[in-house]
Amino acid sequence: MSEDRRALADAVMALLCSIAPEVEPGTIDPARPLRRQVDLDSMNWLDLIVGLKQRFGVEIPESEYARLVSLNDLLDELQARLQPR
Amino acid sequence: MIRFELPSLGADMDEGTLLEWHVKPGDAVKRGQVVALVDTSKAAVDVEIWHDGVVAELLVQPGEKVPVGTLLATLLAPGESPAAPTAKAAPMQVVAPPAPCEPRPAKEAPAALPPASRHAVSPAARRRADELGIDPDRLQGSGVHASVTLADVEAAAARVAPAVSATAPPESGAADRGVEMRKAIAAAMSRSKREIPHYYLSETIPMARALAWLQQRNQALPVTERLLPAVLMLKAVALALRRTPELNGFHREGRFQPAAAVHIGVAISLRNGGLVAPALHDVGDKTLAALMRDLADLVKRARAGSLRSSEMSDPTVTITNLGDQGVEAVFGVIYPPQVALVGFGRLAERPWVQDGAVQALPVVCATLAADHRASDGHRGALFLAELRELLQQPQGLDAPTPDAPAPQASTR
Repeated sequence: MSEDRRALADAVMALLCSIAPEVEPGTIDPARPLRRQVDLDSMNWLDLIVGLKQRFGVEIPESEYARLVSLNDLLDELQARLQPR
Repeated sequence: MIRFELPSLGADMDEGTLLEWHVKPGDAVKRGQVVALVDTSKAAVDVEIWHDGVVAELLVQPGEKVPVGTLLATLLAPGESPAAPTAKAAPMQVVAPPAPCEPRPAKEAPAALPPASRHAVSPAARRRADELGIDPDRLQGSGVHASVTLADVEAAAARVAPAVSATAPPESGAADRGVEMRKAIAAAMSRSKREIPHYYLSETIPMARALAWLQQRNQALPVTERLLPAVLMLKAVALALRRTPELNGFHREGRFQPAAAVHIGVAISLRNGGLVAPALHDVGDKTLAALMRDLADLVKRARAGSLRSSEMSDPTVTITNLGDQGVEAVFGVIYPPQVALVGFGRLAERPWVQDGAVQALPVVCATLAADHRASDGHRGALFLAELRELLQQPQGLDAPTPDAPAPQASTR
């Protein structure tokens, strides 16, 4: 994992923990569906998306939600949107 | 002189612990202002005052656990001067929080309460005892200062009834909140299942139009203003209830009392277990954007444990939405004294026949659990049909619609 990616992962995990305080960061498998591992309802998910916007200035359109299943998917999406085109 | 008493924050509460005062003697307070923080078995609740005035004396100290109805503080009414010795005998004005069956008070509406009970019996316990035909004054109290609590009444009833259920042990002050909350939920739900003749209906509602409309609307908005489908459902339920007022209100004193406003209790699961169902007020009158803000705020505060007393005491109906967890449908247990509970299951694509062809379309299963003492299946079916129609015209849900028919108009 690159350093950028790791920093991004840490930031996303911190955000996730603020939304779902019972989450233990070490126990999340980044390749498995996130919502199978963390109890996130649609309001929590929206909080996460809003948090990413506030933290990184990245707006993820609603139409992309369905693709973002695992933590890795989310990190890929963020990296792609953060890279200068 | 105004008396500020500990209000009941839900049918299952009969005592509370004062955690904190937000005011001190000499402070001027406004109607609706949060003046104290009180811990119930479910949550710490910000308690509002329902009268303008100036705080005269705080009578209960932080850390004290007292029954509902206990005098917490006295206030001077606007213009009133500190009590001269002769004024002492003047009758005191009693200020109660608005009773849940009343519309939100448009102006000050101090309801007269009976004088404090001679023998400490919490109001919830007395009401319950009346319903069960038990004399609460003859019971041994296990509450604060040996007051008779709801649990005491339930225990006495269980001794009389052939039920095998174990009676609750006396409450220990150190009991874990999770246990207390489970007990409070158990008491309310047992009462519901024992007393309310529930009937259940379900209807699968096509959501393609509503979701397409929502998606288009959200596309044009910054992420912080996006709406969740739950908001459309809330608004549609509120509007449908205006046409079927028998589902919105309370069963009290042996009869159904319709409510003029629609305050929807939203079942919110807490992260450490248990749930609360605080009210979103006047849902039918709000725009979707306002509802989304209020819902997000309510969920946040419920999970942070900072709800307001008015939110805890006055929902006129409840919605539970278990769709995010993936269930198809939820048939709820009505929260007394309410008479209906609306449930939503998972919003998902399913095979659906439209224009003579099977297509994959998003649908949601809406359910109604309702009280047969207040309505019949026919009216319940009309409600679900209305709900379905409203969700087919999502743009119509966005306008504030203050033209509510009076609920009395269509009682049978």
